[in-house]
Amino acid sequence: MQKVQDNKAWWLVLPVFLLVAFSALIPLMTVVNYSVQDIFGPGQAFYVGTEWFKEVLSNERLQDSLIRQFLFSGAVLLIQIPLGIGVALMMPKSGIKGSLCLILLAIPLLIPWNVVGTIWQIFARGDIGLFGWGINQLGIDYNYTGDTLDAWLTVLLMDVWHWTPLVALLCYSGLRAIPEAFYQAAEIDRASKWAVFRYIQLPRLKSVLIIAVLLRFMDSFMIYIEPFVLTGGGPGSSTTFLSQTLTTMAIGQFDLGRAAAFSLIYFLIVLLISWLFFTAITHADKEK
Amino acid sequence: MRQTRSKNVGITLFILLLLTPIYWLLNMSFKTNQEILGGLTLWPQNFTLDNYAVIFSDPSWYSGYINSMIYVSINVVITLLVALPAAYAFSRYKFVGDKHLFFWLLSNRMAPPAVFLLPFFQLYSSIGLFDTHIAVALAHCLFNVPLAVWILEGFMSGVPREYDEMAYIDGYSFPKFFVKVFLPMIRSGIGVTAFFAFMFSWVELLLARTLTSVDAQPIGAIMTRTIGASGIDWGVLAAAGSLTIIPGLLVIWFVRNHVAKGFALGRV
Amino acid sequence: MAEIQLKSLAHSYSDRPEGPDDYAIRQLDHVWHKGGAYALLGPSGCGKSTMLNIISGLVQPSEGDVLFDGKRVNELSPRDRNIAQVFQFPVIYDSMTVYDNLAFPLKNNKVPASKIKARVHEIAEVLEIEDKLYKKAKNLTADEKQKVSMGRGLVREDVSAILFDEPLTVIDPQLKWKLRRKLKQIHEQFDITMVYVTHDQLEASTFADKIAVMYGGQIVQFGTPTELFEQPNHTFVGFFIGSPGMNLVEVQRCPRGVCFGSTVVALEPWQVDVLQRTKSTNIKIGIRPEFVQVSPVASDDTFEAEVLDVEDLGTYKVVTVQLDHEKMKVRQSEEFAASIGSRVHLSFPKQWLKLYVDEFLVQEQQ
Repeated sequence: MQKVQDNKAWWLVLPVFLLVAFSALIPLMTVVNYSVQDIFGPGQAFYVGTEWFKEVLSNERLQDSLIRQFLFSGAVLLIQIPLGIGVALMMPKSGIKGSLCLILLAIPLLIPWNVVGTIWQIFARGDIGLFGWGINQLGIDYNYTGDTLDAWLTVLLMDVWHWTPLVALLCYSGLRAIPEAFYQAAEIDRASKWAVFRYIQLPRLKSVLIIAVLLRFMDSFMIYIEPFVLTGGGPGSSTTFLSQTLTTMAIGQFDLGRAAAFSLIYFLIVLLISWLFFTAITHADKEK
Repeated sequence: MRQTRSKNVGITLFILLLLTPIYWLLNMSFKTNQEILGGLTLWPQNFTLDNYAVIFSDPSWYSGYINSMIYVSINVVITLLVALPAAYAFSRYKFVGDKHLFFWLLSNRMAPPAVFLLPFFQLYSSIGLFDTHIAVALAHCLFNVPLAVWILEGFMSGVPREYDEMAYIDGYSFPKFFVKVFLPMIRSGIGVTAFFAFMFSWVELLLARTLTSVDAQPIGAIMTRTIGASGIDWGVLAAAGSLTIIPGLLVIWFVRNHVAKGFALGRV
Repeated sequence: MAEIQLKSLAHSYSDRPEGPDDYAIRQLDHVWHKGGAYALLGPSGCGKSTMLNIISGLVQPSEGDVLFDGKRVNELSPRDRNIAQVFQFPVIYDSMTVYDNLAFPLKNNKVPASKIKARVHEIAEVLEIEDKLYKKAKNLTADEKQKVSMGRGLVREDVSAILFDEPLTVIDPQLKWKLRRKLKQIHEQFDITMVYVTHDQLEASTFADKIAVMYGGQIVQFGTPTELFEQPNHTFVGFFIGSPGMNLVEVQRCPRGVCFGSTVVALEPWQVDVLQRTKSTNIKIGIRPEFVQVSPVASDDTFEAEVLDVEDLGTYKVVTVQLDHEKMKVRQSEEFAASIGSRVHLSFPKQWLKLYVDEFLVQEQQ
C-alpha cells in the first residue's frame, strides 16, 4: 500500500508514545541514574562512575548465572522449535478438529506463571505427584529438589510443556497460509513427504520461525517465576537464572547501584542477541 | 496434505501429555489434604468440594481473582484504545521518525521485566498509585502495547486504502469511518490482539506482585503465600490453581473463531 | 501417451447431492484421443477445473469412471497416473534453482544424473530459459516462473498427458501469444496428449485441434474451432464463441416457421417438422453477426430494421440494429456506411439460420 507522508499522523501515535515513554523512559532514567552511584540508604549516595559496570562484568556469581541462562535458553530453543514444528505438522488443517486442537494446545499458555510452577512443583514430586512417583516406580532415582541434573531436566520439561504450544500455534498459522496448489504440484511431481517438508513447508515457515525463535529466546532469557516457584533456584544456585539473580539483588538485598548496572547490561545482552538472530536469519534468506 | 491416521495418533498423544499435569491439579483439588498426603490415588477416593468452598467463602482468597480480573480488563481496554489509532497511523502514513518509533516500541517488548521492578515500584509509589489496579494495568501496557500495535498494523495493512477513500467520498467523518467501517473489517485482528493482551496480563506475576500489597493483590501473589503453620495446604492450593485456568478457557472460547482466522490471515 | 476416457462421469462436492445444482459435473461421456491438443473452454464455474482435477487424480469423481487406455484409474493417486499438471499461478520450489526445479520430478523417479542433465537442458532450451538454469527460481519474473512450472510438466518422459489449468492467467498480454505458440510447438515436437483449460476462446482456438465447450457441468460440444463457429450445437456455444457472439432470439411456433413480435421468420420444412413433434416452448433462433446480410433495398425475404449504433473496430464494423423489439448485432466490412436511425434490410441465409429447442441445435436427420 502506498503510504501518504503526513506528520499529522503523530496525533494518532501520541497516546502510545506518551504511555510507553512514561513506562519506559522514566524508569530507565532511574536505572541509569542508580547505576553510576553507590547507594547506602535514602539520601546517602555517591557518584562512582563506571565502577559498578566493571564490577558486574567481573563478578563470578553473575557470570555463572549468565552461563546457566545461556545454557537454558539454548536448550529451550533446541527442543521447542523442532518439537513445535512437528506438532504443527500433525495438527488437523481445519474444521472442528482443528479448532479443538487450537484451544486445547493453547491451555498451557493461559495459565498464570506461578500456577505453572505450582503444577509442576506438585506433579514432579515423588510423594504426591504422578510424574515423580511414576519415574521412581520405573526404578529411576529422581528428586528435583536434591539433585542438580534432575532439577535442570524438570525445569526444562516444565518450560517445554509450557511454551511449545506457542511455537506450534505460530507454525500452524504459517502452514495454513500455504496454497493447496503447492501440495498438488508436489503430489504430481511424486515428491516424498520429506521433500515436501524441505522444499515447500520449511521455506514458507521462515518468517514465522523468526518470530518464534526471537520470542522463545527473549522470554526464556527473562524467565523468573516458573523456575522460582518450582525449585526456588536450587538446589543451591543450580537453577538460578538471570532474572532471579537480579531480583534478589535489587529487592532482596537492596543493592541498588549494582542491580542497576546489571539491569542495563542484561537489557543490552537481550537486545544484542535478538538483533544478531534477526539479522542472521534474514541475511541468510537474502543470500540464498 | 491429507490428515493421516498416524498424524491423528501423534497429535492426540501430544495433547493428552499436555493435559495430564492439569488433570493432576484438578485431581488434587477435589481431595482432602489427608488423602493427598496419604498416598497416590489416580482419582479422588473421597471426593470433596471443601477446597473450593474455602476459596469462595474467604475474601482473602477470592478477592485475588477479582483483583486480577479487574486489572487485566483495564489493561486490555487501555491497550486497544491506544494501539488502534497508532496502528492505523503506522499502516497508512509515513511521518518523521516513524521507523525509529516502531523499533523503539518493539524493543520494549524485549526488556526484562526484572529490570523494571524497582523503578516501577518507586515510580508508582511516588505518584500515589502503589497497590492499585491501574498501576498494574499501566505497567503491563509497556509490554502489551508494542505487541498490539504490531499485530494490529499487520491486519490493518490488509485492508486496502481504497476503503478509507471511499468512505470519505461517501461523507463519513474520520471517527465515524473508523468505528463503523474500519473496525468491523479488522474484527479478527482485534480478537487476536485482545487475546494476546489478556494472555500476557493474566499470566504475569512479577510486576503484578511488586506493585501491589493488599488492595489490588492478584491471585498469584495470594497463592504464593499459602505456607501456613501446618505446611502447605495442597488441596486449597490446587483448587486455587484450577480456578485460574477458567478465565483463560473462557477467553479463548469466545475468540476462537477470530484467533483461528487471525492466525491464518494475519501478522504471521 | 494415453487415451483418456470419461464414462458416465458426474461429480458433486457435497456428500449428499440433492439435485442437479449440487453437481459440478453432470452425466458426462467423453474421450480424449492419444496425442491430441485439446482445449476445454467454458465460463468460470462451469466445472472445467474440476474435470481437470478428476483426470489428474487430485479429485476422485463421486460417480462414473476414468479410464486410461481402457483401464479404470479412479483409485490411482496422481503420482501413479503419469500425468503432469500446470496450474494457474506459477508453482515453483522457491528455495531451489531453476535447474533443480526442473530436475525435481526426475530425481523423484530415480532417473540417473546424466540423463537428468540432458533432459533438463533439452526442455530449458525449448522453453528458452537455458540461460537462467542456475538462478534461484524465486528471482524470476512471473512468465519465467510459469515456464519453469510448465517445464516441470514436460521434463518427465513417461508422461502420458499434460493438463493445463488456465496457465497464462498471470502472463502479460504481449507475452501470452509467444507462450501459446511455444506450447503448440512443444505439442508438435513431443506429440503428447494435452488438455488446455481456458475461458478465453481465442486461446482455445489458437492452441487446440479440437475444443470441448463446457457449460453447466456438461460438455455441450466437441469439435474443431470451425465446427464450433459454423455449427454451434448449443446456444451457449453460439453465444460464447465469436466476437460478438451469436444473435439469439426467443420465438414461438407459427405456420411454416417461427415468429417474435410481429415478425415471421420462415423455416425449412424439416425444421417445422421437428417443431411440431416436440412439446417444448423453449425455442430460439440464432444467427451469427457475420452471416446476417444487410441490403439497402427491401425484398421478399428481408426484414426491416433500424440502425441503433455503429462501432468502428478498425478492420470491421459492428452494427447494432433493432428488428421489431429485438436488438441484433451485425458484422460488416469497414466500408459499411449507414447513419444511426436509418433503415436497413436484413436477410438470414437459410444455411446460417439455426434453430434451437431446449438450447440444443435442431439438426437435419440424415
